[in-house]
Formats: sequence, structure tokens, C-alpha cells
Amino acid sequence: MGDGDRVKKTIRFVLNGEKRAVDVAPQETLLETLRERLGVKSPKCGCDRGDCGTCTVMIDGRSVRSCLVLGVEVDGAVVTTLEGIMENGELSPLQQAFLDRNSFQCGFCAPGMIMSATELLARNEKPTREEVQEGLAGNLCRCTGYSPIIDAVLETAGVVSKGGSDERS
Amino acid sequence: MPITHSFDYQKPGTLREALALLARKNAVALAGGTDLIGYLKEELVSPELLVDLKGLKELKRIEHRGGALHIGALVTFAEVIDSKVIGKKLPVLAEISKKVASVGIRNRATLVGNLCSAVPCLDTGPILVAMDALVLVKGKKGSRKIPAEKWFIAPRKTARKPGELVTGISIPLPRGKAAACYLKLGRYRGEDLAQASVFVSIEQSSRGAKARNFRVAFGSVGPVPCRARKIEKALAAGGALIDMVALTKLVPAEISPISDIRASKEYRLHMCQVMLERALAAADGRLNGTGPAYGASLL
Repeated sequence: MGDGDRVKKTIRFVLNGEKRAVDVAPQETLLETLRERLGVKSPKCGCDRGDCGTCTVMIDGRSVRSCLVLGVEVDGAVVTTLEGIMENGELSPLQQAFLDRNSFQCGFCAPGMIMSATELLARNEKPTREEVQEGLAGNLCRCTGYSPIIDAVLETAGVVSKGGSDERS
Repeated sequence: MPITHSFDYQKPGTLREALALLARKNAVALAGGTDLIGYLKEELVSPELLVDLKGLKELKRIEHRGGALHIGALVTFAEVIDSKVIGKKLPVLAEISKKVASVGIRNRATLVGNLCSAVPCLDTGPILVAMDALVLVKGKKGSRKIPAEKWFIAPRKTARKPGELVTGISIPLPRGKAAACYLKLGRYRGEDLAQASVFVSIEQSSRGAKARNFRVAFGSVGPVPCRARKIEKALAAGGALIDMVALTKLVPAEISPISDIRASKEYRLHMCQVMLERALAAADGRLNGTGPAYGASLL
């Protein structure tokens, strides 16, 4: 995180339900601010150019690639990361479905997948398999375990039964 | 890869203030940032000052007035997709926007930013040149309206002058009953840049019940989006009896594809011919109320 010789800016925003104020250099990305200044480690740096999705967080309820947002841009915003989507200390139903179905292998893509799927289900309660695929496109799983991920999203939406799949039906 | 170049950041509250800041040496406008922040990382741009436009409410509007659709510089692709007025007046623009990158990019990236980046594979190029859209530009010295065909000069090069800001675009809407189709060829479904793309619009003409006007443009098969006027003329002259074989023979004269990492020039040319035929069939079907829904997968 190159602080350079420019003046830092103080940004104030809500991070996972908590008001935060932090000094950031204008050129640091939101991903750097979150990981290196605030210790929020769920968003990962993968491709660093918006193609892989593993840095996905939400700004004001919409998923974004935090590697393509500057920290200064979230002044006044509400930022949510995977750490903020547990409900009253419990896993969200989507997180629970990912866990039940062993939907992660190495786990590197999981925070981005869950953030993207959380947004999808907030906007579309009963997505089709194709809509889930479209909603998760741009989140790359290098273990290539897409089917259990998609099934977990469909199970959470009640589109497939617990542990079931519609894939070959 | 961190951004190693340092710069100042300002977020003005008024357009006037923004233009004054952008008139400074080496100042760059920031909207969605999904291209710009990549360019900063790759040191393709090294500004002294970044002017964040997101405080300018007047650039967030989508409006239908004077027979045209006005889209402000801060309107994201996600907002285009969700817009009721676009869904009603120009649904093909939502079809195009759904093909851009991924949800996480579309939530941030703006339509105007797409045409400012002006890469050859941009998804918004073909419709803008085909529909005679105007790029609305403001500078300290006044405003300009630049026709889309004159806007795109070369890859990543536009008619914008230093210090000028694109405030939005204006797309004239067809007067009569009309339908359109955008097809984008990628290496796989989901997030990818276009190997080739085609836009077709058909409008019922006031010249007679069977007379129709056609607009056709290709993307990703030349340095800038290509308006296909020879094809348009042949289509308008052909009426209902269009010879597809003869028509697709006109395609090589309209485009100038190259071979690169995404496709060979031969494949691009061939697929432009295939896609032209399919896009015409889909737009024709939509005009008659029998075509595939906007956004349906046709490739």
C-alpha cells in the first residue's frame, strides 16, 4: 500500500454495522483499506482486475469488486463484507447451505460467491439455475466446484430440496 | 498490484466545480472506476488529480424527452437494466447492458464510462453509432454534441478534448413501431469480452405499410464500431424479399477484423455473417410480436 507523498483523507463509513473512521491514501483500493488498515480478511486479492470476484464486497447493498474501488470512494457509504452477513451470531441460511453441501473446496472463492449470491437472493427470491449462473458469473472457482455452489444457492431459495439437485432432471 | 502513482482526490458537489477541477493540468474524471482503476494499476494513466463525479446528482438521471432518451454520465449498467423507461422505450439497451461483464462490474460501471474507454470490443458502440446517438460534452468554454460516429476515433481514442467532461448521451428514439437485437459472441457464456458483436434495429417507415428502415452496426471487428450502411441500404431496398446469401456477401466490405488472442479474423468474419442473419430474424420477430424475449440467449 504505497502511501506516497500525498495527503491522506479521513473517510467515515459503516462497515458491517459499525461506524468506522480511517485515514486512507487516495490511491489505495478499498480492498487494501479493508485488509491492511482494518484487518477485514474475507475479501481476497485474486486477479486484481475485476475478473475473478474473490474481492467482492457490498457497497450500499450492491456487490462490487473492491479491487476496482478506491478506499476514498466509500466515504459515507455502507460497506458489508462476509464478516457482516452472519445473522445474530448465526450463519446465514446461505452460509449454512454452503457448509452442509461442502460447497467450498479450497475456500478462496467462497467469500465472493456468498456475497454475490446474497445480493442475487435479495433481488430475486426464486432464481432459476440459469439466473444463479448469471448472478455468479465473474466469480471464478479454480477448484471448478461450481455445481455444489449453485445447488447451495438454489437450496437456500427453496428451488431444490435440502441436499437435492435439479441438474440432470 | 497496488497503484504506485500517487494523486490527489476531490469530490465536487456541482458541475461547475467539477469542470474547474477538470480544467487543471493532468486531472482525470472518475465515475464507476472499473476501467480507470485498472489503468491506474497498469500506469496507462498517471493523473495529478482524480475528480470523483459521484457527487453530481444531475448526472444520475435517465430521462425520456424530446423524442430521445437521455442517459447521464453516472448511470450504471445495473441501473440501465432496472430502468422502467428504458425497458419500455429501448429494451435492446437493457439487452446490451446484461451482456456487459458481471453483476459486480455492472453495479459500478457506467454506460458513459464504457464509451469513454472506447476499446474496440465495447458493447455500447454498435447501438450508439447505429442509432445516431449524440455524446453530450461540457467544458469550461461551453457544450458540444458529438455524433457517436465522430466520437470514436481509434482504439481508446475519442473526440473528447482535454478538460472536457462527458455529461451523458442522447439516443434518438424510433418514431414508428420498432424492434432491435444485439448479439455478442464470446468464448463462453458469462463474463467475457466480445469476439464480435452485431446490432440490428428495424423501424416501420411512414413511407408505406411495408416500408421499413434498418440500422446495422458491428463491434469488435474494427478499431471503432462499424456502421454498415451498404447493408442497411440493401435491406431497405429488399423489402420482404431479402436474399440472405447476397446480403452476407456485403459483410466483408463493412468490417475489418483482426486476429488476436480471442479469435481469428476469419472466424470473426464468418460469425458476423451468421449473427447478422440471426439478429435480423430476431428483430423482425420482435417487431411482429413473435420474436424471442429481449435478453434471451440466441447464440
